Amino acid sequence: MKTKKMTAARFRQYIPLYIMMIPGVVYLFINNYIPMAGIVVAFKKYNVNDGMFGSPWNGLKNFEYLFSTKDAAVIIRNTLLYNIAFIAVNTIVGIMLAIFISDVVSKRMKKLYQSSILLPFLISIVVVSYIVFALLSHENGMFNKSILPALGQAPMQWYNDTTYWPVILIITNCWKGVGYGTLIYIAGIAGIDQSYYEAAELDGANKWQQITSITLPCLIPSIITLLLMQIGKIFYSDFGLFYQVPQNSGSLYAVTNTIDTYVYRALMTSGGIGRSSAAGVFQSVVGFTLVMISNLVVKKVSAENAIF
Amino acid sequence: MIMSKGRKAYQIVINIILVLVALLMVLPLVLLFMSSITDENTLVVNGYSFFPAKFSLGAYQYIMQNSATIFRAYGITIIVTVVGTAGSLILASLMAFPLSLRDLPGRSILSFYVFFTMLFSGGLVPSYIMWTTTFHIKNTIWAYILPNFLLGAFNIILVRTFFSTSIPNDIYEAAKIDGAGYPTIYWKIVLPLGKPILVTIGLFAGLSYWNDWTNGLYYVNQSDMLSIQALLNRMIQDIQALAAHSTADSGALMQIPQVSIRMAIAFVAILPILLVYPFLQKYFASGIMLGAVKG
Repeated sequence: MKTKKMTAARFRQYIPLYIMMIPGVVYLFINNYIPMAGIVVAFKKYNVNDGMFGSPWNGLKNFEYLFSTKDAAVIIRNTLLYNIAFIAVNTIVGIMLAIFISDVVSKRMKKLYQSSILLPFLISIVVVSYIVFALLSHENGMFNKSILPALGQAPMQWYNDTTYWPVILIITNCWKGVGYGTLIYIAGIAGIDQSYYEAAELDGANKWQQITSITLPCLIPSIITLLLMQIGKIFYSDFGLFYQVPQNSGSLYAVTNTIDTYVYRALMTSGGIGRSSAAGVFQSVVGFTLVMISNLVVKKVSAENAIF
Repeated sequence: MIMSKGRKAYQIVINIILVLVALLMVLPLVLLFMSSITDENTLVVNGYSFFPAKFSLGAYQYIMQNSATIFRAYGITIIVTVVGTAGSLILASLMAFPLSLRDLPGRSILSFYVFFTMLFSGGLVPSYIMWTTTFHIKNTIWAYILPNFLLGAFNIILVRTFFSTSIPNDIYEAAKIDGAGYPTIYWKIVLPLGKPILVTIGLFAGLSYWNDWTNGLYYVNQSDMLSIQALLNRMIQDIQALAAHSTADSGALMQIPQVSIRMAIAFVAILPILLVYPFLQKYFASGIMLGAVKG
């Protein structure tokens, strides 16, 4: 009897806590959970009057239509290949920069390098697309006006020519994002026991040997964790990078269209909502599966880095 | 400390490489700035360049003279950033504090409720339909604030972890003995002691609101409701977006220094970030570390 009373009294003191959580719970319900239920729209013949949940069912027609087009293969290929390239390039460049920066003796220079590689991370992708435009604009770009003529080359129609876009996007992504990983690897290197290096030096190991047999092996847990986290997101692309930087140029779609840009463009096309939602659901489901798998693997590799 | 010859050489090599890398990181922003202060005719003849033959503040003068559209866009961005960041901090801390208390009944269900939003997402289409048909946020200031950015599971988890690891539970017990309820504890103890984490997530929330252009793209098509990023996005395709509000006649369009003004507005858009970055960079860095540790 007494304990029951205690619980009731105890429970009463928790009530304010539940009230505090109401705004957040409601927001997540609206912003996240209703759209989750809304994936049913991919299985419907949507019309505005009947709405998301009231429109008539349409079976798998939207998916059949999506996968009957050439677009499906292109956007899946682009999303996956770009992500693989981004992960590879940013990991390698990030580790290299982290090793160099960690080895810099001067504290002031170290800080300067760190700040400058993180700076692009803070710049909005729209502004990044303006900078790329300053370089590649057909009429006024630095490449067409200064660099290519100096090399004796003819100007290029950058925004109509798909040839160099994979490289342009990989460089842009590296420029903007490499600071993030670098910072994490610097922290990882700072955590390595200095006595390893002292011992190695006594044994006459040169810098390269120290990197390959101490730094890299010690970094492997954080490398693998970051890698797996990125692999979990491999089905999602950076909408801004693929939409803004090529300036939504139609002649570049073959090499710039990803699942996210496709979903947006189809949504904005009249009658495109069916294939748009089908592509979105496909992304959500495969994305969810990949997150679960990658987390399982993280758990095996280093349990403390698993997200659940 | 005396350095051996090999070590000295290594220092020189890595410093040279890193100076080059640092330049690569910063120079594109310099190009943006130089382009914005280049004379319009020089730009048309010579293109964008680091060393313009003729300088001009024409683009900035144009911004000052025909300020209506740009100042309005800047104002919208500032309001959105302030309201959105404040909202994020309030919602995240209110949600995180109860979740940080181990003995809260229902804690694990509520944590899962938060956490699951990180694993699965309904995607753009259902969100778009919901925000436009149920909540009618199109072309309102809420279009910038509400979708996506107000509260994320990731921030809740970061704040909760900070509260539960950095604030000793004994303080709560002592406060309770003194007769304080949970709201008082939240206000008088948790918020002041949680300042480091709140500053960090506030900074990232502010940055994502300032830099966001996607909500503007999805939900705003009225030219007097454009934020600065949405205006920039619009100007890529159509420089006339700028003239929409200065004057109605097409003569206004002729006077726009079309080539340099894009760069001037882009520079104005990143200026606040460049100005605060030197003072806040340690918080940015620590935020990234936090994110790496969990999530």
